[in-house]
Amino acid sequence: MSNAQIEIQLIASLVAIACAIPGTFLVLRKMAMISDAISHSILPGIVVGFFITQDLNSPLLILLAALTGVITVVLVERIQKTGLVKEDTAIGLVFPALFSIGVIMIAKNANDVHLDVDAVLLGELAFAPFDRLFISGTDVGPKSLWIIGSILVITVGLLIAFFKELKVSTFDAGLAASLGFSPALIHYGLMTVSSVTTVGAFDAVGAILVVALMIAPAASAYLLTTDLKKMLGLAIVFGVLSAISGYWFAHWLDASIAGSITTMLGVLFLIMYLFAPSKGLIAVIYREKQQRIEVSLLTFLLHLRNHDDERERHVNHLNEHINWQKVRSKTVLDLALKNNMIDINNKIVSLTSKGDEFTSQAIDYIITNEDAQIEDMKDDFFLFRG
Amino acid sequence: MDLQEYFSLVFSDYTLRTITLGTAILGAVTGMLGSFAVLRKQSLLGDAISHAALPGIAIAFLITGAKDSNTLLLGALVSGLLGTFWIRGIITKTHLKSDTALGLILSLFFGFGMLLLTFIQKQPNANQAGLDKYLFGQAATLVESDVWLMAIVTGLCLFVLLLFWKEFKILLFDKDYAKTLGFNTKTIDILITSFIVLAIVLGLQTVGVVLMSAMLLAPAAAARQWTNSLSKMVFLAAVFGAFSGVFGTAISSSQNNLSTGPVIVLVASVFVVFSFIFSPSRGLLFRQIRFIANRRDLEQQKTLAFMYHIAETHDNISHPHTIKILNNFQGFTRKTLQKLVDKEYVMLDGTMWSLTQKGFDKASNLYNQQAKEDE
Repeated sequence: MSNAQIEIQLIASLVAIACAIPGTFLVLRKMAMISDAISHSILPGIVVGFFITQDLNSPLLILLAALTGVITVVLVERIQKTGLVKEDTAIGLVFPALFSIGVIMIAKNANDVHLDVDAVLLGELAFAPFDRLFISGTDVGPKSLWIIGSILVITVGLLIAFFKELKVSTFDAGLAASLGFSPALIHYGLMTVSSVTTVGAFDAVGAILVVALMIAPAASAYLLTTDLKKMLGLAIVFGVLSAISGYWFAHWLDASIAGSITTMLGVLFLIMYLFAPSKGLIAVIYREKQQRIEVSLLTFLLHLRNHDDERERHVNHLNEHINWQKVRSKTVLDLALKNNMIDINNKIVSLTSKGDEFTSQAIDYIITNEDAQIEDMKDDFFLFRG
Repeated sequence: MDLQEYFSLVFSDYTLRTITLGTAILGAVTGMLGSFAVLRKQSLLGDAISHAALPGIAIAFLITGAKDSNTLLLGALVSGLLGTFWIRGIITKTHLKSDTALGLILSLFFGFGMLLLTFIQKQPNANQAGLDKYLFGQAATLVESDVWLMAIVTGLCLFVLLLFWKEFKILLFDKDYAKTLGFNTKTIDILITSFIVLAIVLGLQTVGVVLMSAMLLAPAAAARQWTNSLSKMVFLAAVFGAFSGVFGTAISSSQNNLSTGPVIVLVASVFVVFSFIFSPSRGLLFRQIRFIANRRDLEQQKTLAFMYHIAETHDNISHPHTIKILNNFQGFTRKTLQKLVDKEYVMLDGTMWSLTQKGFDKASNLYNQQAKEDE
């Protein structure tokens, strides 16, 4: 590995960490699309900043662009407050307008500006190591490394200092306000951090990848845990993992690093989406199927309890009476047998004492409107689940 | 070329006519379908779909190796639909919220698309240049066949919209009711979503991936301010969209170095801002005027009530009092007093005022009846 390669991976990892932290809170606060809006609407800020400073890495430019990001948020909230349109429409109206202004400003000054819309949107990580920072003549590393490094340090500092406030205001804004934390202050603080991170990261990785790095690791982590600290940790790990594997994938394909990191994030999310225990697609579908069978089982047991008549309890009769398909009635019957809920004598089904107890308890819960308790009861009675 | 020249050329010049017609049709169809997206609170779906269409374009190119715009759009359509259904899958099957799902699909698909585009650029194939026009769109590349395609799709859209108007409408405003009536809500839902995807994909070549969502939203959001009726809103949105297209093209072709997409979006945004401010029933301006009028009305009533309480203590209700005693009461201004005189509630005589019988009756009923007749 050459020096430049290590530096690229380092920058990508730092960007991933810096994005994952505000991203986690954005996802939890249901504001993920705000990051998309910010990433687009900082364009005019960058352009104006570039006209003034003529340097893509100047702190002033970052500040100006971050300010545009905050202005976007304020504008969205203002429009939303008029009640004329819904929040998502407000977001969708503001950022394309600002982005268009940015594109037009670039186009009108195309001759004397070395700024490309593609570069803003996509970034080029591969060139990052060549733009180096010199302090009194000595080479101390790539500029982007220093920029994103300082942003990361500030973000982590703020996170540690205000972790409790962030946590409370994210999950219970009312409680936070009554405890004396200003929700508005925390909200705009988070927005500012997101804007600064987006701007700091954009020239290394581009605006779209910033959105991906903010949302995807947090969303993947959210599928695995509901503990805020664990979620933050997992999001950071996922981000760094995709950053490094994405770099090597791009190296192998000889394609855009930003695109390849995003693809890795996508693959990671897809895996979590499908296989996450208890919250992934497969687990959810399996659970739904299990619940369907167990509800059928309960219906079946209730039916048995309500009918003493042998004719009503004949195996063949059950098919037509409850109107289940054959396969389903067989599964339900098997499950009931396995759990010792029923006896079958000469094709006449009857409840065992255990089944009887289960059913009466279930009825009690149902008539007292405490259906949720039935789930707990299943743990006590069932040897096998549906 | 200035604007005047543009309008004189628009009917004779082939390129100009094609582009103008194309953007106008595009604006109309996106405005029409955008109304549904906005009312269904799916405003940002357009943004997600347009980004999600990018890998489809790249893959279509990789498979066919040709830059035929119809094939590429077909690829875009497939990948846009895939993105849409994945978004629905994420929202319904996991606990992730819709904004997260939208952001995820948007950025992940777009990133993957970029990976493919850069990969294509490195291929030894001279044909690949120009694929990136789908990023920001290039109205100038529209040819007559593209416009025909747009027109056909718009016609199809209009036909389906009219055919299923009642179903769409009922699904929009009361989904549960639609279900109880026996409509297959899932099919209708998929139908309308597919048409939204189709409209977005059509616009990619002209406006580009990044700005397409505004084309969908802005005309609809503007139209929403002028009416509460769905049919009028759809019609208005189509008109606004078409005008944004025409004006945007006119402005961008009258200047150098102005790409059409951003200008169209800005024109549409101007429509939105104008509607927000000047719409008679919902607009901010008239709302403020109504607010001030109401406040003045209230102050006038307060003055009358104050006078009533003074007059009450006298046997003769028209006993004159000095205006001065009203001074320590905030609702009173010279103007409100004059208004009360105009309505014959009060009589003025030099520096003295007195309540008339009419004014007294009015004031005694003021808070019981919430009288409506004044203003």
